[in-house]
Amino acid sequence: MDNLAGSKQLTVAEEILARAAGREESSAGEYVVAQVDAMMMHDIFAADVLSMLERAGIQRLHDPSKVTVVFDHMIPPPSVSAASHQAKARELISHFGIDAFFEIGRGICHQVMIEERRVVPGQLVVATDSHTTTYGAQGVAATGIGSSEMAYALATGQLWFKVPESVSVILEGQFSYGVTAKDLILYLMKAIGSAEAQYRSIEFGGPGVDELSLADRMTISNMGVEIGAKFAVFPADSIQTIRENAGYVASHTVSLRSLTPQVAVPHHVENVVDVDEVAGTPLDQVFIGSCTNGRLEDLRQAAGILEGKHIAKGLRLIVFPASSQVMEAAAREGIIETLNKAGAYVGGPGCGPCFGGHLGLLAPGERCLGTHNRNFRGRMGSADAEIYLGSPMTAAASALAGAITNPCQMDHITSGREPIGAVATGDSLGRRGEA
Amino acid sequence: MAGLPAIRGRAWLFGSGISTDMLSPGQYVHHPMEERLKHVLESARPEFAGGVKPGDIVVAGANFGCGSSRESAPQHLKDLGVVAVVADSLARIFSRNAIAIGLVAIACPSISEVVKDGDTVEIDVVSGMVSVGERGIVLEGDRIPEPMLDVLRHGGIEPLLASIAAEQNR
Repeated sequence: MDNLAGSKQLTVAEEILARAAGREESSAGEYVVAQVDAMMMHDIFAADVLSMLERAGIQRLHDPSKVTVVFDHMIPPPSVSAASHQAKARELISHFGIDAFFEIGRGICHQVMIEERRVVPGQLVVATDSHTTTYGAQGVAATGIGSSEMAYALATGQLWFKVPESVSVILEGQFSYGVTAKDLILYLMKAIGSAEAQYRSIEFGGPGVDELSLADRMTISNMGVEIGAKFAVFPADSIQTIRENAGYVASHTVSLRSLTPQVAVPHHVENVVDVDEVAGTPLDQVFIGSCTNGRLEDLRQAAGILEGKHIAKGLRLIVFPASSQVMEAAAREGIIETLNKAGAYVGGPGCGPCFGGHLGLLAPGERCLGTHNRNFRGRMGSADAEIYLGSPMTAAASALAGAITNPCQMDHITSGREPIGAVATGDSLGRRGEA
Repeated sequence: MAGLPAIRGRAWLFGSGISTDMLSPGQYVHHPMEERLKHVLESARPEFAGGVKPGDIVVAGANFGCGSSRESAPQHLKDLGVVAVVADSLARIFSRNAIAIGLVAIACPSISEVVKDGDTVEIDVVSGMVSVGERGIVLEGDRIPEPMLDVLRHGGIEPLLASIAAEQNR
């Protein structure tokens, strides 16, 4: 490496986009036309995208084997229009020869993509969902696009990309009890924000990364998009982050030990405060699930707090596991039973109410704390409802109290019981974060 | 191929952080289009969807279009007759989606501080210059990169696909 000392290195974004564009290198700010390695659509947009191709007279996809479709949003269909939309999508999925089609019940698209190994480190991936940044947890340059761009990518196998500037985030130490990956990414919403991260790639590195499971990394990469990030990448296999001689436009170092539970307050995900600042705020609904925090580790942490207890009177707790695998594992561990006995409504795998489509919308004046990713006005039903975002532990503690509660202040966490975050011996994907 | 003439229209002013959930609320995602259009930006300005006229321009603060990848967010604005969005800054996916459906979207720092609701705003799409004639103000917006201008000249990606299809099927 000596002869490389001092010479310029590429960021992960520059390296992956250069490779996908068939070039030696690329530099932040330029535009490249790149071959896309994998593409994914879910039920909300699959019919629109494929219909657009059909209307244009496109008879075949560039490479159907690179394409995955997952039905996870409006499922099971709550209306005739949703059912019709999905019926049209099924017809076109078959027409265009897309074999990797996961029907309702398999799970949330991003969780399914990781579980089914539809993405691998170093790839360039696009999908018709903003939370596509999730795959950055496995060293993938992955980002959300709209329906028209997806139609173009499906037809041609390529898309143009602006090579983004990169921001480095170096993690040190490990979390204290009651503090999770969700609290870290919420903290970064506040500490970095969209003013700095918009259209940029965030690279995570440092010794603290070794403390994070794949589930943790997925939570963090998932919400990278909430501050506008194009990619949110962790090291994996040959993809190394935080390169000494690469050009980062900003750098941050975060001590995991110093973090406390964080909550995003209405009506923007960058409005983040320490949980203690809003503790005691009464709640009508708590939601645990989503591509951000519906994994086995999340349900396990929530169940650890809810076990043997019952949620507050007048509050409803809604839980949607992220996938069928998560649901099976949670059932095997007794987590589903714990949740049921605590008074939760546990639904099947899917997006649930996160995107505001159905399955737990809010009435005017109601207040919800969820483990999902957005709290914009009108996100979950009425524009006059309030949404708070927090970790599964904060959600569980708050469900018991009927009001926003700091999970570190729950009795059994400080009672000498084994710390909940340390119980896991394997994640829902059967492997550790190193993948 | 159509050129890109300057755009001139009446401004509707919005604040910062206008999200795709406000532009295209998730609960109406599979509703009939005329119903969906009634709810565009209703939580920010309830009078917008009923009052907007063809040729109007949306002017907003920072991070316009943050949130989802739903292309209905810019599409609804276009369907209501909006011809351009100019904001202090634009969320990444929204800005790409707008161009992909043939709606001009330009980031122009501090535009929301100088434009008043109802002002006539003029945009030179190619140069990115934005002017408010009655106030004698001219601001330099970010230039739309050439690949995106090309998509705009075609009227969006869908018209482009037809020529790709013709090539495929030749």
